[in-house]
Amino acid sequence: MDTILVVAVFVVLISVLAGLIQVWRGPTPADRMLSALLFGTGGVAILLLLAEVAAQPAFVDVALVLAILALIVSVAFVRNDRLETESET
Amino acid sequence: MWVVTAIVEAISILLIISGVAFFVSGTVGLLRFPDVFARLHALTKCDNLGLGLVALGLALRAPSGWLGVKILAVWALVLMASATAAHLIARKARSSRPGVGIGIRE
Repeated sequence: MDTILVVAVFVVLISVLAGLIQVWRGPTPADRMLSALLFGTGGVAILLLLAEVAAQPAFVDVALVLAILALIVSVAFVRNDRLETESET
Repeated sequence: MWVVTAIVEAISILLIISGVAFFVSGTVGLLRFPDVFARLHALTKCDNLGLGLVALGLALRAPSGWLGVKILAVWALVLMASATAAHLIARKARSSRPGVGIGIRE
């Protein structure tokens, strides 16, 4: 059963790395932020799967911290541009 | 009793595999859609459901009950965080330039 979980970890890792193509290609900054969101959610999934494969329950806490950090990064991204465009509105 | 354990393991493996399939389809949608808002829709829907199925499959296999509850709490947090982040990113993409990104294939 563990081999299926390890294969699942690699599949999620490859799909998250394929999201990097959107960082290179995205015309607007929001497209690049979408890849950061994919990194956050994919990282949480990889950590949860690794918590089962390595039998370490502490990885679930690391996944919790990563989810909170992803939210903070996206709020910082939106807030930074809002400060620049506040003179126009 | 052995049959129940085997059935629970089979269900959890099935849930994890379908969750990973949703992850892959979300990434394909991120790369292939022509529009910022369509990409956002594909990413949030498929990633929330993909992570939910993976978390449910893992919570069934967890060694103790409280670890399963903690895994589902991580999923609930990612659900709320991802919904908030998607709304903020969409609002920023909408207000940066009024006509940008609506159905235009760049």
